[in-house]
Amino acid sequence: MKLENLEARFQEKIDQDIKIEPKDWMPEKYRKTHIRQISQHAHSEIVGMLPEGNWISRAPSLRRKVALLAKVQDEAGHGLYLYSACETLGITRDELTDQLRTGKAKYSSIFNYPTLTWADIGAIGWLVDGAAIINQVPLQNTSYGPYARAMVRVCKEESFHQRQGFEIMTTLARGTEAQKEMAQDALNRWWWPSLMMFGPADKDSTHTAQSMKWKLKRKTNDELRQQFVDQTVPQAELIGLTIPDTDLVWNVVNNEYDFGEINWEEFWQVVKGHGPCNKERIAARVKAHTEGAWVREGAMAYAEKKKSSSRKIAS
Amino acid sequence: MESKNQWPLWEVFIRSKNGLEHRHCGSLHAADASMALDNARDVYTRRMEGISIWVVESIHITASQPAESEELFDPAKDKVYRHPTFYHLPEGIKHM
Ligand SMILES: [Fe+2]
Ligand SMILES: [Fe+2]
Repeated sequence: MKLENLEARFQEKIDQDIKIEPKDWMPEKYRKTHIRQISQHAHSEIVGMLPEGNWISRAPSLRRKVALLAKVQDEAGHGLYLYSACETLGITRDELTDQLRTGKAKYSSIFNYPTLTWADIGAIGWLVDGAAIINQVPLQNTSYGPYARAMVRVCKEESFHQRQGFEIMTTLARGTEAQKEMAQDALNRWWWPSLMMFGPADKDSTHTAQSMKWKLKRKTNDELRQQFVDQTVPQAELIGLTIPDTDLVWNVVNNEYDFGEINWEEFWQVVKGHGPCNKERIAARVKAHTEGAWVREGAMAYAEKKKSSSRKIAS
Repeated sequence: MESKNQWPLWEVFIRSKNGLEHRHCGSLHAADASMALDNARDVYTRRMEGISIWVVESIHITASQPAESEELFDPAKDKVYRHPTFYHLPEGIKHM
């Protein structure tokens, strides 16, 4: 069959909501784009454990500690589901994690901001996981089967993440003056980076049209960002916190909030590696990988030895 | 730069409760079978999703190829007589 025909048939399948599975024919561009997006997503889950892991040992109560521990463990799980899904496209785990450690692959910029106080853990769960949910829910219906299935699992687990964060924020906001200030300060620092999680404005976004065709995207960056603002502002009001945006105002005509301009200069700086923690995050991954080498090799050597000794017994 | 002997890939199957079959739920890397079981417990059953786990090294799975789909599955297409709806029954028949 001619390439154009193959491609036309391929797109027809997607239009009819027939999933693409690993062994099916797919355009090279589809494969590459999916490897890039799924691995970026996996890396984000893995790097995302670092800012939160920072507070596990300092959680203010046992209840908070078990919750945070379980959340961070979930993020590890999400990373693993996604790496597995990505490997079905014909790339190895080592290649993938190598791309992260060498800086060739990107991950969500939000994780390049530091977690300075306990309230940041609340803000992350509420805002960062909240934004992630909005990004991820439509991906449960994306065209690539293994990715869609991984997202179903991820989405099921995310809602507790957001709730545990919001509970932290609520508690602080209703606490002492100092606690409330801490919550407000966390919101001030995390609000804008959270809005940036939806990516560049539609007018500057290069991949949108193709991603829509493949159902890698169902709504544009700006639409998703709007959805996030509209659902989050009333939540902040409910617990008496103020969104740090003086241009924020309810638009009665459009039935949505108008909000201020994002600092895109900062966004691109962080994407390019000049955020507050980019170096620290990669260094942590490199360290874990290097210092874990003897474990990986030891376990493999032990497995080989057991295999060869059982072969001897058998013969 | 990377060690060539990365841990092999395993496919994970989980029985969610008695009476149901084991279902494929994903894959993971592990050095050997017992590590694969332990990892599968942590990665795929953190919320009581299972009561039994199978792991099998992925290289032991033989899969049909989409290119062979026609010859494999088309022969069943024209065998409508394998379905109960193919058969004509007299009006008013019961228990059939
Ligand atoms: Fe996650
Ligand atoms: Fe999460």
